[in-house]
Amino acid sequence: MNEPKARTLFEKLWTRHVVQPATEDHPAVIYIDLHLIHEVTSPQAFDELRRKNIPLRRPDRTIATMDHSIPTLFDGDEPLYSDDKTRAQVDTLRTNCDEYGVRLYAMGETGQGIVHVIGPELGLTQPGRTIVCGDSHTSTHGAFGAWAFGIGTTEVGHVMATQSLLQRQPKTFEVRLDGRLATGVTAKDLILAVIREVGVDGGRGHVIEYTGSCIASLSMDERMTICNMSIEAGARAGLIAPDETTFTYLEGREFAPTGDGWAAAVADWRTLPTDAGARYDKSVTLDASRVKPMVTYGTNPGMSVSIDEAIPDPASRGEQAQAAASSQALEYMRMQPGESLVGKSVDVVFIGSCTNARLEDLRAAASLMKGRKVAPGVRVLVVPGSQEIKRRAVDEGLDRVFREAGAEWRDPGCSMCIAMNGDGVAAGELAVSTSNRNFEGRQGKGARTVLASPLTAAAAAIGGTIADPRELLD
Amino acid sequence: MEAFRKITSKTVVLPVDNVDTDQIIPARFLTITTKLGLGESLFADWRNDPEFVLNRPEAEGASILVAGENFGCGSSREHAPWALLDFGFRAVVSSSIADIFKNNAVKNGLVPVEVDAKAHRFLLENPGASVTVDLEACKLVLPDGGAAEFLLDGFARHCLMNGIDQLDFLLQQEEAIARFESTST
Ligand code: SF4
Repeated sequence: MNEPKARTLFEKLWTRHVVQPATEDHPAVIYIDLHLIHEVTSPQAFDELRRKNIPLRRPDRTIATMDHSIPTLFDGDEPLYSDDKTRAQVDTLRTNCDEYGVRLYAMGETGQGIVHVIGPELGLTQPGRTIVCGDSHTSTHGAFGAWAFGIGTTEVGHVMATQSLLQRQPKTFEVRLDGRLATGVTAKDLILAVIREVGVDGGRGHVIEYTGSCIASLSMDERMTICNMSIEAGARAGLIAPDETTFTYLEGREFAPTGDGWAAAVADWRTLPTDAGARYDKSVTLDASRVKPMVTYGTNPGMSVSIDEAIPDPASRGEQAQAAASSQALEYMRMQPGESLVGKSVDVVFIGSCTNARLEDLRAAASLMKGRKVAPGVRVLVVPGSQEIKRRAVDEGLDRVFREAGAEWRDPGCSMCIAMNGDGVAAGELAVSTSNRNFEGRQGKGARTVLASPLTAAAAAIGGTIADPRELLD
Repeated sequence: MEAFRKITSKTVVLPVDNVDTDQIIPARFLTITTKLGLGESLFADWRNDPEFVLNRPEAEGASILVAGENFGCGSSREHAPWALLDFGFRAVVSSSIADIFKNNAVKNGLVPVEVDAKAHRFLLENPGASVTVDLEACKLVLPDGGAAEFLLDGFARHCLMNGIDQLDFLLQQEEAIARFESTST
C-alpha cells in the first residue's frame, strides 16, 4: 500500500470542507461552519435575501455582535451614539437578527464584544472549522487551527443563503518562528517584524501557517495577535496548529464540546497539524529571539522599525511608485528619514482592538502604568475587547490601575481602531495605538498612527513621548 | 450586475503603491445601510486637494483607473468597489491587486486587471492613454496596438461577461450542500 500523502494543516482543512470540487468551469464549493456578522457589513446582505426572497439557511451557524459603530460611552444605560447614522445601523442589525432568527450579542449584554474576540471566548472558534465574517481580521480565529477569512458583503449574502462559498485553493506559506521572545518584547512586535520581513503583499494568494518553537511557546491571546495581522501581510488567512495550549483554552467554554464529545473532538483535532514531510509552497524563517519592540513610522503596517532604529530613506526603495508611496507616507506622518521615533511627542494613546484588547494585553499595559501617571496633555483610551474581558479586568482591578493613572476606561467595541463611533484622533495628532492599521486617516481624518504593543503604548502614555518600554520594566 | 465584455477609455493614473480600502472609502462613510451614493466619498480625504487626479478635468469620463501595486489592500469593505463603480470606474489596472478586493470587485462588475510590470510601468508613465480592456480575450490593448494579457478566474470572467450573479450558481448546489450537511457533523 502507498503511504498516504503528507499534508499541511491547511490542506486538511480544505479537504474537510469541499462540497463540490473545483473544475475548469467553476471554483470549489466550500462549506462554512460558522458565520459571524456585525452591523457594518451585513445590512446590504440581509436586503439581498429580502429582495430575492431567500431564507437564511442556517441561523444556528450564524452569530451576530455589535462592535464597529457602537459607542464606548454611556449615560447610565443610554449609549451615547455619535450620530443618527450609527444608531440606525445598530438598530438595523437588531431588526435583521430578529427577523431572521440570528442570535445577537447586543450592546451591553454578556458575551458581546469585538467579533474576533468573542468567537474564541465563547468557544465558537474551534480547530478544524471554517469561519468567515465580513471583516478582514477574521484571520484571528486561525490561531485555533481553524480556516478563517474575511469576505465582502456579497459573500456574506452567499453564506447566509447557502452556508457555502466559492473558493479557489490558496497556496501555503510557512512562516517559521524559532526562539523565545526577549523580555519586554510581545507577540505584536513579532508580527510587525514578520510583516516588515515578508512585505504587506508577501502573503497574497497564500494562507500563512506560523510554525516553530516560538509559536509553540505562545499563549492563545498571543497567537491571536499573530494570526490577526496576517491580513496586514496580504495573506488570505493565518493558521497555527492546535495543541495542548489550544485545548486547555477551549475546555469548558460555553460552546465547546462537552463530555464524550470533548474527548472525541480533541482526538480529531490532534490529527490536524501538518504531517512530517508535508510541503509548503513557500517558507521563511525568522529568529524570534532577536526581535525588539517595534513601532511603525509610515502609513502601512510594513513600514516599521525596531524602537532603537532610524527611519529609512524612501529613496532607498527601488521602484518609483514605491519610493513615491514612502515619501508620501513620511510627509503625512511628518517624519524624516534618518531620525528616531524615540522622544517624539504623543497626543493620544489607544489600547484596544481585536489585535490587542484581550486580558493579557490589558495586564501588560497595566503592569507598566501601575502607580504611575499619564503624562500631562496625553489622552489615553483603554477599551477592552469584550464584556467578558471587561468583567475579568475589573475583577483583577485593572480598571482602577488605568483610571488612577489618568486613562479613560471605556466599554467594549472597536472604538478608535476604525474611528466610526465618534472615538477618534484629531487631524495632525500623533497616536500610539495597539490596533493593526496605520493607514492615512484610519483613526480619524489627518490622524497620524504609530502601531505598537500594549507595553510600548503604556510607556508612551506615561512618558508622553515614544519610548522603549524595556526601560520601564522592573 | 451589468455585463462587461469590452470597454475603451482613457485612464486615470494614481501612481501610488498599496492604496488601501481606507483611502478608497474612509470608514466614516461606512455607517450607511445601503450601497448607494458612495461615489461622492470615493478617495474622500485625497479629494480635498484640488490637484488630486480625480479633481482634474482630464479625469472626466474616464472609466479605467490605473494604480500602483497591491491596490485595494486592507479592510474587506465592499464599499470600496461600490464607491469606484458609483464614481464611474469599470476596471482597475495594477501589477497586483489585493485578494479580498479582487473578489469583491468581480461580484459587482468591476474588472480587476493585473498586468505585467512592463505594461504597468507604461500605463503609470502615460496618464490619460486610451486603452481597451477586452474581457473576452483577457487582454489590455495599449494605444500602440500592443497588448498585455491578464489572468482572471474563468468562472468570475464568465459571470462578469454575462452579468450573472454568482449566488445563482451556489443556490443550484443545494442538493450537494444538503448531502454534505447530512454526512458531516
Ligand atoms: S477592532 Fe479594528 S480591526 Fe478589529 S474588527 Fe474592529 S475595526 Fe476591525
